[in-house]
Amino acid sequence: MLFYGAELSSRLMLGTAQYPSPEILADSVRAAQAGVVTVSLRRESIGSRAGQAFWSLIRDLGVPVLPNTAGCHTVKEAVTTAHMAREVFETDWIKLEVIGESDTLQPDMFALVEAARILSEDGFKVFPYMTEDLVGAERLMRAGCQVLMPWGAPIGSGKGLNNVFGLRALRAHFPDVPLVVDAGIGLPSHAAQAMELGYDAVLINTAVAQAGDPARMAMAFRLAVEAGLIARAADPMEQRDMAVPSTPVLGRAVLA
Amino acid sequence: MRILVNEEPRDIATATLAGLLDELGYGDARVATAVNGAFVPAARRGSLTLDEGARVEILAPMQGG
Repeated sequence: MLFYGAELSSRLMLGTAQYPSPEILADSVRAAQAGVVTVSLRRESIGSRAGQAFWSLIRDLGVPVLPNTAGCHTVKEAVTTAHMAREVFETDWIKLEVIGESDTLQPDMFALVEAARILSEDGFKVFPYMTEDLVGAERLMRAGCQVLMPWGAPIGSGKGLNNVFGLRALRAHFPDVPLVVDAGIGLPSHAAQAMELGYDAVLINTAVAQAGDPARMAMAFRLAVEAGLIARAADPMEQRDMAVPSTPVLGRAVLA
Repeated sequence: MRILVNEEPRDIATATLAGLLDELGYGDARVATAVNGAFVPAARRGSLTLDEGARVEILAPMQGG
């Protein structure tokens, strides 16, 4: 599966925020064998070189970066942030976030489509953080997106896949589009479930960064994503409502 | 001249955005800039003159999800 023409080294995308220390972040990225890491742009106090140290750490890890527009609430903010990110991180990839509601951090799909169109026309390769809305997905594709990133649940909630039916429908409607579950995944089993549904990748941050042992959790996610990917390729059995004995009935002794 | 840098008032001696970054000690730091809400590419910082009350944003790489 290609993401804007690029084959990723793994299907696990990892966020870089909220780790206890830069060392633990680096250990976690390595343990996850992340195919992409997400980054952002923020103000830093004058004289502080925290941003430069962070960038140097990320560069040394050698993993492709996906800058985000986190915290943007309008098309203009998101588009301007994307331009700033393209210059700083030297990539035309952008994880486009346009937040519409503060409690759930739910994407504003209307503003998202507009920002995606503007950025795509300007040469950006847009990874839109979206709801699992089918019509919205269609509009994003028309706006130039070649990857879709529906949420599993609200950012940082750890609730897993809230709408499996919706995610399954999205997969069915866009069989050839790279799909990534972004946000809401709390456990490796959630990530495996997303991959079993046929999703091409997952993006995790809080579930790793806020674990008691982030690097170990990163390894667990790596294994879960790989397991889910292999399981999908192995064509899982259909669910049934009634039991079907797995041990042969034929040849069973009569002992009653 | 008084301007706002990341929303903090600041009196500056220079007239250009490139001069401001020098004055604030950013040197060769990897940052992105915007003035009055519009992105200013690095190549245009030398020719962009700042007016009284200009709102300058200077952003650096940071952790993100």
